[in-house]
Amino acid sequence: MKVGLYLHVPFCRRKCAYCDFVSYPAATADTAGYVRAVQTEITRRGEAVRDRLTLAGLYVGGGTPTVLTADALAAILATVRRHFHWPENLEATVEANPETVCLSGLEKLRRSGINRISIGMQAAQDSLLAVLGRGHRFADVRAAVRAARRAGYTNLNLDLISGIPGQTLRDWRRTLAAALALEPEHIAAYSLEIPPGSVLAVRLARGELPAVPEEEAYEMFQTTREVLVKAGFEHYEIANFARPGYACRHNLIYWMNEPYLGFGPAAHSHWNGCRWANEKDPAVYAARLAAGEWPVAEREELDLVTQMGETMFLGLRLRRGVGREQFRRRFGLDLETVYGAGISRLKEQGLLEEQDGYLRLTERGLPVANVVFENFVGGAFCVSKPPSAGGAAVGAT
Amino acid sequence: MHAKRERIRNFCIIAHIDHGKSTLADRLLEYTGALTGRKMQEQVLDTMDLERERGITIKLQAVRLRYRSRDGGEYQLNLIDTPGHVDFSYEVSRSLAACEGALLVVDASQGIEAQTLANVYLALDHNLAIIPVINKIDLPSADPDRVRRELEDVIGLDGNTAILASAKVGIGVGEILERIVQDIPPPAGASTAPLRALIFDSHYDAYKGVITYVRVVDGRLEPGMPIRLMATGGEFEVSEIGIFTPAPVTVPALQAGEVGFVAAGIKNVKDCRVGDTITAVRQPAAAPLPGYRRVKPMVYCGLYPVDGAEFGRLRDALDRLSLNDASLVYEPESSLALGFGFRCGFLGLLHMEIIQERLEREYGLDLITTAPSVVYRVTRTNGTVTEIQNPAQVPPAQEIARMEEPFVLASIMLPQDYIGPVMELCQGRRGVFRNMEYIGPQRVLITYELPLSEIIYDFFDRLKSSTRGYASLDYDYLGYREAKLVRVDILVSGERLDALSIIVHRDKAYERSRVIVEQLRDLIPRHTFEVVIQAAIGQKVIARERIKALRKNVLDKCYGGDVTRKRKLLERQKEGKKRMKQVGHVNIPQEAFMSVLSVGENKR
Repeated sequence: MKVGLYLHVPFCRRKCAYCDFVSYPAATADTAGYVRAVQTEITRRGEAVRDRLTLAGLYVGGGTPTVLTADALAAILATVRRHFHWPENLEATVEANPETVCLSGLEKLRRSGINRISIGMQAAQDSLLAVLGRGHRFADVRAAVRAARRAGYTNLNLDLISGIPGQTLRDWRRTLAAALALEPEHIAAYSLEIPPGSVLAVRLARGELPAVPEEEAYEMFQTTREVLVKAGFEHYEIANFARPGYACRHNLIYWMNEPYLGFGPAAHSHWNGCRWANEKDPAVYAARLAAGEWPVAEREELDLVTQMGETMFLGLRLRRGVGREQFRRRFGLDLETVYGAGISRLKEQGLLEEQDGYLRLTERGLPVANVVFENFVGGAFCVSKPPSAGGAAVGAT
Repeated sequence: MHAKRERIRNFCIIAHIDHGKSTLADRLLEYTGALTGRKMQEQVLDTMDLERERGITIKLQAVRLRYRSRDGGEYQLNLIDTPGHVDFSYEVSRSLAACEGALLVVDASQGIEAQTLANVYLALDHNLAIIPVINKIDLPSADPDRVRRELEDVIGLDGNTAILASAKVGIGVGEILERIVQDIPPPAGASTAPLRALIFDSHYDAYKGVITYVRVVDGRLEPGMPIRLMATGGEFEVSEIGIFTPAPVTVPALQAGEVGFVAAGIKNVKDCRVGDTITAVRQPAAAPLPGYRRVKPMVYCGLYPVDGAEFGRLRDALDRLSLNDASLVYEPESSLALGFGFRCGFLGLLHMEIIQERLEREYGLDLITTAPSVVYRVTRTNGTVTEIQNPAQVPPAQEIARMEEPFVLASIMLPQDYIGPVMELCQGRRGVFRNMEYIGPQRVLITYELPLSEIIYDFFDRLKSSTRGYASLDYDYLGYREAKLVRVDILVSGERLDALSIIVHRDKAYERSRVIVEQLRDLIPRHTFEVVIQAAIGQKVIARERIKALRKNVLDKCYGGDVTRKRKLLERQKEGKKRMKQVGHVNIPQEAFMSVLSVGENKR
């Protein structure tokens, strides 16, 4: 049995202006307590599973994982090794902010099994980095990439953000060019989401910053694809681009709706037909573990229709799309049986297409993917026959 | 129990909304001991919540009061409540027919209003004795002398006979009761003649069936009697007879001149229409009482459940409401845009709003209402005449020889300062000026002939806003008149939205269409493709708007595998669209179907 493993480090040196994610200031955090608690959770989960699980992907995210010392991270990874089978070729990623990495730390992580590094570059313009409230300048990115290469990382991702208030299409082209110049194996190009209540949302509302018009955001989205594909990257997911063979394996687990276990405060898991989320507050998280409980805040058992819907809207994020055969094997039902009417309507609208047995978004469907996705949630179009018993054994144990 | 006929007085109260009718009714009940203190809810005659909220009486009731007058005699006073709104003028005429007198209540500050005047004329037509009451004299703004002059100038009553009263604080109540005894004649009619009882209202009771409210004109009604309803021909046996005190109390019989209720196992209010005459099967009257007429709905609209699966619940709710409302008509219809629903006919706009509100409030239904329409009359080139209640039914232009629409004679009463704006409003609504007269030094009565269809398009609101609420309106039907009418269709991305078609005068088609397409442009959300909204007469497009395509809507990150959050986001997005109707590929929100309604001059 294979499983993805996600480790959440909920600390940051500072909070970015667009962040509404779970993170706590690193300076005042009880990081030692956090490490102990995570080790407890990993150990207990490992012991709870009868057969030793093989890792299909490992990802350390945050927050800013690199605010922990390399030794602390290595200690956690050692615990992972004790309870899970860590195959030779496992892709193991750590997210890093450029200003938090140093050569010795990167080397230590490399020795503890990390072989992929994801650097939050975001933009090539220091003024835009300031708008985002990032703690680094572009020069730090260059230095971080150089350090990573020297430490032996041959699989490197750069995170980029488009649609930053004040960003022009030209700024964005320069950012893409600057990223390509650093020769990463992988680029994740997200468009900025501004959660209500974040610093950016407030500044936009006050009129201190100009919002990027939708038409411009659309142009940026299309430009990204043009530029990166031309540079030899494969566009394999809505926001993700990779050199051949470098698609992020851990993220593929999410998009293919496969099981993963998340450890740490606020980490999410998908296992055995259930999704759960851990307690967000590191203190509460640690306390519940100390009390001998699971640190789970919310848990949801997924019925078959929900599982099918998630498989659809996650799978359609991939350029390849959702495989008819894979869907049938997993659920014992044909795609047409469940979503026939909707699929043909979306095809008619030019938003979905069929290629080599896969159902996928068209070029036109890509930028408005949410409009397609919503058709697969909140109940199916028509489940015309009850799913067979054989189909119910889904993606678990 | 029975009073001698000379000791009976049947009366009603005529008043404009808010002039204090319900409060006065309360006082009369209290004074005569029918109500002790505040043990019953305030304003007992208005039974339904909606009536109380809107301050309008919809259902009539009759209360019997016992009053010992100053001459020492004990009198039976029957107070018959009347609705105050123009929609229900037929019901008003029937309850007036059940009386010999009326209290005319006029607000001491505001004076006579259009509706009051219309009802007073109705009362005079029925030869009722009128007792003017100037109410709310306790208010600092009261000007009873001006109202006295209005009574003389406008109605021709002797202003000096008006009673000065304040129902709120209880001034004048004793005098009113005394005057009812003195001024209103006792009922005529003979208990020995064949039975004739006038139905002036009815309501449905789950246990007893339909309860009819009657005034016995001749003869006598008793339990066990076989009766016949002379207009509908139905025969029933009386199971119970009673009066309201205001609590219902059974009595052994109702004699000529008396007012009360009859239960006879009648299953449907439509079997006992207001204005019909009850007679005895054994010794039937030769002729019914005059004045019966089948009320016809004047305004129609389509009612559709937002959720198509609620169709059955909507039908049940309409069935239930119609048990109590003989004037509500409905029949199933279907719309390409809205699916299955009902075309419903109402006495007027207020009636329509009340029914809609009750359906939503009491039955929890989520409804889409199409714009109200009057009944048009279409004469085809082959000579056949069709009545059109739904614009979608208009035949192709080449088959139409002529079209007619209902006209009304509108009476508007207003302070003279607003004559200009009101005449402008009427003129803009294709009004034909008929008359203007002063009814006092400051106030004017203007009459216009107006198409009813123009009145149902936010005329009241316009009138109110252009006179700061000082104008009042009443209207009478004049009949059908030929007009240059056209059907305007609304097309969304090339598909006709049948539920949005409207019939308008040709000269107004362009203006109305422009406003409708603009409103739709603002109401319909963006889609992944450009949406074009057009208004057309036949094949000819007369207004056009477009909604730019949605360019980008895509969730990016999947933070740490939080799929649930993503799914919930998509579910919310989808939920928002569930409340919309899908036409072709376009999602259209509920409000869009009402947009043709608010097509006033608001955007001008």
